[in-house]
Amino acid sequence: MYNAFFSLIKRDLRLAFRHKSEILNPLFFFVIVVTLFPLGISPEKQTLAEIGPGIIWVAALLASMLSFDSLFRSDFDDGTLELMLLSEYPLSILVLAKIIVHWLITGFPIIIFSPLLGTVMFLSNDAIETLMITLLLGTPILSLIGAIGMALVVALKRGGMLLSLLVLPLYIPVLIFSSNAVGSSMAGLSISGQLYFLAAFLIFCITLAPIATSAALRVSLE
Amino acid sequence: MNAVDKTKIKAKSNPVMKFIYHFASPKHFYRISGKLIPWLGWLAAILIIVGSIDGLFFAPVDYQQGDSYRIIFVHVPAAWMSMFIYMVMATAGAIGLIWKIKLADVVASSSAPIGAAFTFLALVTGSIWGKPMWGAWWVWDARLTAELILLFLYLGYMALEAAIEDPRAAARACAILAIVGVINIPIIHYSVEWWNTLHQGATVTKFDKPSIHVSMLIPLLLMALGFKLYYATVVLVRARNKVLYAEQNNSWVKEIVNQNN
Amino acid sequence: MLEMLQMGKYGAYVWSSYGLALFIMSYVAIKPLMDKKSIFKELTMKYRREAHTEEKQ
Repeated sequence: MYNAFFSLIKRDLRLAFRHKSEILNPLFFFVIVVTLFPLGISPEKQTLAEIGPGIIWVAALLASMLSFDSLFRSDFDDGTLELMLLSEYPLSILVLAKIIVHWLITGFPIIIFSPLLGTVMFLSNDAIETLMITLLLGTPILSLIGAIGMALVVALKRGGMLLSLLVLPLYIPVLIFSSNAVGSSMAGLSISGQLYFLAAFLIFCITLAPIATSAALRVSLE
Repeated sequence: MNAVDKTKIKAKSNPVMKFIYHFASPKHFYRISGKLIPWLGWLAAILIIVGSIDGLFFAPVDYQQGDSYRIIFVHVPAAWMSMFIYMVMATAGAIGLIWKIKLADVVASSSAPIGAAFTFLALVTGSIWGKPMWGAWWVWDARLTAELILLFLYLGYMALEAAIEDPRAAARACAILAIVGVINIPIIHYSVEWWNTLHQGATVTKFDKPSIHVSMLIPLLLMALGFKLYYATVVLVRARNKVLYAEQNNSWVKEIVNQNN
Repeated sequence: MLEMLQMGKYGAYVWSSYGLALFIMSYVAIKPLMDKKSIFKELTMKYRREAHTEEKQ
């Protein structure tokens, strides 16, 4: 089982590195969206520092939203998903492997680039550190919840818009706690409560989301 | 034979499940629900009319909010129903998913528009109530915000249902979505409330009064019960339509339709 | 009586809330009843057509 798990991770990573745009496009999107806000609102330091945490987090939500096509779509088109369904290994484990890869190629680069954007938005050093921690805890949750939605719409031709309708409301708790943690650490307040919540929610999602995702895949592939 | 059919057969050999499958058969459902609907409907109408009159004219005036608080008798039951119907949808969806009872799927999908309507009603009446109380049509109050998110969940459910052509696949996909939603609703509520207390502070806590006077409680409960029965009536009517249409090639439907002319 | 209907200064708010509730709830209740009629109509036509083709054969 571990073999299957890791070889699936390796395979998906290799595929992702072959199509580098899958990694780069969400990242570009993330950076561009954040850049639009100073242009649309004001380049003033105070304003940006206040709205920065929320903007960076909303941009991260949208970027992860737009990257879900790469999660199941190509495997659905070429029949790999069907094989996974029929394989002897539990589907939820295989699904978890795919979700991990999705996070590695979309969530992880965002974390790496976030200090840059934090600086651009005039966040303090403490706040940037918190931003990275919340992204580290939060983006896996986005990948896990989004996978459920993607599994539900994978068989549909125009699933993209629908996916965001299904999944964005479920992202709200992550958005609230993460951007609040960053804002609080700007103000020098304690953020342990928010981080505990995110960690608990992450563990909760790791346990349940793969099960829901595999159930949804079974429905979609019937 | 796949595993799904096996569980179904196994379930049917159990006498209790046999009874349930029998009762949930489209034909019996159609007959029994036809008898129930007039009773439920009239009872709902009477309760709602009596509750409204009591709430509008006989309940005492609130010493802080004056007569504007009378909106509570519509707003709060509607908000309760919006939550309740989502729970029903998730439960019925789970039943349809596990035991393959088609009727449960029909009930789940018939409930969604009614639930969305109640959510919308709760939102708008909340906002109308907010105008004299807060001086603005919309305030990011925890409960209103949570209700707005619930409306999004309903709309997502209905959009997914509309997007999948095969009704069986749609029912199963929607059931999964509703279950995921129902697990998330408490988390969303908690986080919205937490967010609200941080940002709004202790500005307005009008929606959660510590205690409510009995003379105000009676119309509230009458309305709540009336709304529940109203939902039961409408969901049965909607489910009957769906059953009739889905079974149109069966002889019992032909009989009913031909008798009706 | 008129004073009662005015609800202090809040008449417009209270009555619009109740009016909206009445409107939405009657629409949600009446719509499926109308659907039922059209389903019966459609099925009657369908069965008639089927009976007709059977006779021909």
